[in-house]
Amino acid sequence: MARMAGRRTLFAAPVLLVVTFGVFAVAAASPFDPVKAYAGTAGLTASQDNLDQLRANLGVDQPLVTRWWDWLTAALTGDLGDSSVLRQPVADVIGERLGWSVLLAATAFLVAIVLGTGLGVLAGRRPGGWLDRCVSSAAYTLEAAPAFWLGLLAIWFFALKLDVLPAGGLTDTASDTVTFGQVASHLVLPAAVLGVSQLPWFFLYVRQGVADALEEDPVRGARARGLSERTVLLGHALRSGMLPMLTLVGSRVPELITGALLVETVFSWPGIAAATVQAATSVDFPLLAALTVLATAAVLLGNLLSDLLYGIADPRVGFDG
Amino acid sequence: MADTVWRTHGRTRRSTRTLRVRASAVILVAAVLAVLLVPPLVHLDQQAVDLSQKLLPPSWEHPFGTDDVGRDLLLRCVYGLRISLLVGVVAALVATVVGTLVGAAAAALGGWTDRLVMRLVDVFSSVPHLLLGIFVVAMFRPGVWPVIASVAVTHWLSTARIVRAEVLSLRSRPYIDAAISGGASRLRVTTRHLLPGVLPQAGLAAVLMVPHAMWHESALSFLGLGLPSHQASLGNLVQSARGSLLAGDWWPTLFPGLLLIVPTLAVAGLAGAWRERLDPRRRSELML
Repeated sequence: MARMAGRRTLFAAPVLLVVTFGVFAVAAASPFDPVKAYAGTAGLTASQDNLDQLRANLGVDQPLVTRWWDWLTAALTGDLGDSSVLRQPVADVIGERLGWSVLLAATAFLVAIVLGTGLGVLAGRRPGGWLDRCVSSAAYTLEAAPAFWLGLLAIWFFALKLDVLPAGGLTDTASDTVTFGQVASHLVLPAAVLGVSQLPWFFLYVRQGVADALEEDPVRGARARGLSERTVLLGHALRSGMLPMLTLVGSRVPELITGALLVETVFSWPGIAAATVQAATSVDFPLLAALTVLATAAVLLGNLLSDLLYGIADPRVGFDG
Repeated sequence: MADTVWRTHGRTRRSTRTLRVRASAVILVAAVLAVLLVPPLVHLDQQAVDLSQKLLPPSWEHPFGTDDVGRDLLLRCVYGLRISLLVGVVAALVATVVGTLVGAAAAALGGWTDRLVMRLVDVFSSVPHLLLGIFVVAMFRPGVWPVIASVAVTHWLSTARIVRAEVLSLRSRPYIDAAISGGASRLRVTTRHLLPGVLPQAGLAAVLMVPHAMWHESALSFLGLGLPSHQASLGNLVQSARGSLLAGDWWPTLFPGLLLIVPTLAVAGLAGAWRERLDPRRRSELML
């Protein structure tokens, strides 16, 4: 297993290299000018000499490959450059915000797994029954609904109409310390919306898995032995129905990141995805580049996790692949 | 599993299925007709500001209500759907052409070209699609073409995979062997015998891609990275409704979102039926 993990990491390294290079190549091909971005409004009045000097200082006059290599070697020592929009080193931005994003994503994932499994078992018991039809239709509709729209409607309903939950942010504006209770109440809406946007996939998978498993011989055998419906459903059908889903959990990272980009922006959650959007709207290249690479690393990690789970859950699969 | 469904609920399932397909077709035709015909036939200005009519809730006169400067939201939504649909269709076409060419070339050439191209597809797939789109748009400034390009750049991957797999499976068929032994060149075999075989698959993928591309455009526009804010795309409508929503008015947010969901479900309904017809044993899924 360790060998496979090592091999996968070796495969991930060139992918990350190509992605970092791609990021620099796109930036080089675009009308984006790092010197103007760095100088900001001062760049409009600065003399050409100053701009040239700045260009040399920033190393922008170097060819693409040199710039990429400089960034890469600096990045390996932990220096990712400075963010112009947040006015602090990129590494600090990531350090400060990553935790909040992980908290949000993990809670949302938990919501999706628990709700998806529960509803999936209930619907999978009687495929085509009224419960299955209602929940499945709702799941298809939710899958088609954009997460930002769900988030806005949730804000309108829970924060404005019912006034039971805060509309956004991490803490109340009045408070200047971060307390557990505040974070917990501010987490509910974004985590619920992100979870619900991931829910359809889990639900449909569990439903299909359970419905298929109920048709198979082990379940028939269990029923013939007179086991209770509960044991048959949870002990036999769900267990084999969950198997393929568990292994695909890691491959949901891209969708989770996509959802987080939208949900964090809607709820002003101080996470890394909201910072990505900020970096993009103000063309903050160092931050955007670092976060794009970070997201790619997260996706590759998810794939690795998925492969490892596959091997653990199903002993027939070897770890040599 | 399909067996149980057919055995126990055969008749009712079948009739709801037909109903769903018909409803999907009607909705799609209505949406396309509205989008094509309303702008040239209805001489109302979607940008006409009337502050005495601002933020009226839905009524007979304004079925979707009015926005914060008194513009009729039904008209705005039709224009929004028009732009979003246009962007979606163009992006899906570009992505399909690129994907088909790349996939077919990889499969037809084989060898190291194939390996290189498919590795490249893997690399592209490792970056979350919306993030890649955000990056492209941020570097090339928001606008119609960067948005189309950013959607296309993330969507050709699946088509390339589908087309490559299809070409590989077609290549082992006897009629291809016959063409080759008849002396046809590699180019001729690819264009005359392989590509026509994969077009149905690529076409289905393209149709399914349109809602996805519209979703992408809306997300980008909502984040302020899509179309210019004066253009009433669905994402821009939701974005510009944020102020009214925080004041408690729900309708400027609700309707543009619904206009995104309903056509998506209609396309999925039709595509599901089409796929079931091609391959009745496989059960349909939404494939979003």
